[in-house]
Amino acid sequence: MFEIDFQAFLDALPNIGKGYLGIFAVTAVIVLIVYMFNTIPEKVYEHERKKDEAKKNK
Amino acid sequence: MDVLFQPLLSIFDQPKMVVMWVIGAVLIFLAIKKEMEPTLLLPMGFGAILVNLPESGAKSVIDALFQVGIEYHELFPLILFIGIGAMIDFEPLLTNPKLMFFGAAAQFGIFFTLGAASLLGFAPNDAASIAIIGAADGPTAIYVAQILKSNFLPAIMVAAYSYMALVPIVQPPIIKLCTTKAERKIKMAYEGKKVSKTTKILFPIIITMIVGVVAPDSVALIGFLMFGNLIRECGVLNSLSETAQNVLANLITIFLGITIASKMTANEFLRVETLLIMGLGLVAFVFDTFGGIMLAKFMNLFLKKNKINPMIGAAGISAFPMSARVVHKMGLEEDNQNFLLMHSIGVNVSGQIASVIAGGLILAFYGN
Repeated sequence: MFEIDFQAFLDALPNIGKGYLGIFAVTAVIVLIVYMFNTIPEKVYEHERKKDEAKKNK
Repeated sequence: MDVLFQPLLSIFDQPKMVVMWVIGAVLIFLAIKKEMEPTLLLPMGFGAILVNLPESGAKSVIDALFQVGIEYHELFPLILFIGIGAMIDFEPLLTNPKLMFFGAAAQFGIFFTLGAASLLGFAPNDAASIAIIGAADGPTAIYVAQILKSNFLPAIMVAAYSYMALVPIVQPPIIKLCTTKAERKIKMAYEGKKVSKTTKILFPIIITMIVGVVAPDSVALIGFLMFGNLIRECGVLNSLSETAQNVLANLITIFLGITIASKMTANEFLRVETLLIMGLGLVAFVFDTFGGIMLAKFMNLFLKKNKINPMIGAAGISAFPMSARVVHKMGLEEDNQNFLLMHSIGVNVSGQIASVIAGGLILAFYGN
């Protein structure tokens, strides 16, 4: 401990790169899917709103 | 009389115990007087005193709690995630999904610290566990460090929760250092778009499936978080949602705090490495903040209008909701009409998801 271990740092580098880029890759997929959700539901939202209103009127 | 005085005299054999009492007292002081994460620091502080009393009869009970609640499939942090999931409203994120990238960027501190801890000679499993302090998320830190069988679990837990509590102190100087006054004054319009209930219900299910496929080791974490959120959003389990947000989360928090203390015995905690881990934890939080801000500045290079206030990038660390509040407050300090709360909350909840993904990836790399 407390000895600078440059080899351990070099060994960790690929995981550092893959890990940080990996988060962005997964995030990109999630963002794409959420954008897809947001394009579809305009009609769904309108339908839900009408259903809620009908329930309230009952 | 020997029976009475034997434990008392043993204190002189183990002066380290007294140091642990002081540490326990400091944690209790910070919890009560400074209101720093009191829900966890207070049980941890009291627990630290309990397990460091001579011939403590409480040690075996707290050890049993540790075995059941943490060692055995990391039950406490996972159950706590149901409560956290039930507390989170993903709507600000769903209305502006690109905010998620800031959550991803603000995990930079995890990977920077992984490099730093490796360079300092920590074993790979310990370096990875220390790095996850940068997730700024207690349950994730406990979960990952426990699965990786880190030798420094108590120090990691204390660092994770302490720095989460210190977010209002740690982040502002870093934000100021990384941004100009003009950048901090950038106003961002909030389009209060409506999100359909279907989207809110599908979101936790789809996220669980995506993250599960990419990082199978994090399925339990993301799954329990999203299960809690599904209970909240489904609209037919309101009483369960309230129970998860309040009773369940409170109950587990009480046990989690005192359970962590089982590893805060003088011999396990009072090591030079503990100080080093506290330092590395700070490094992780600083570079998380830096990463989030830098992505916003980078994106601004390509935006001609509707520029992003780089401060919201700092909310990408998942310390929820302190980080979002810090950014909102700093925005108002620069300009009393600069309302960043909805944006920073969106970034903050995306940081919650990103930190779990980071935990899963760290487990994928170092878990076997």
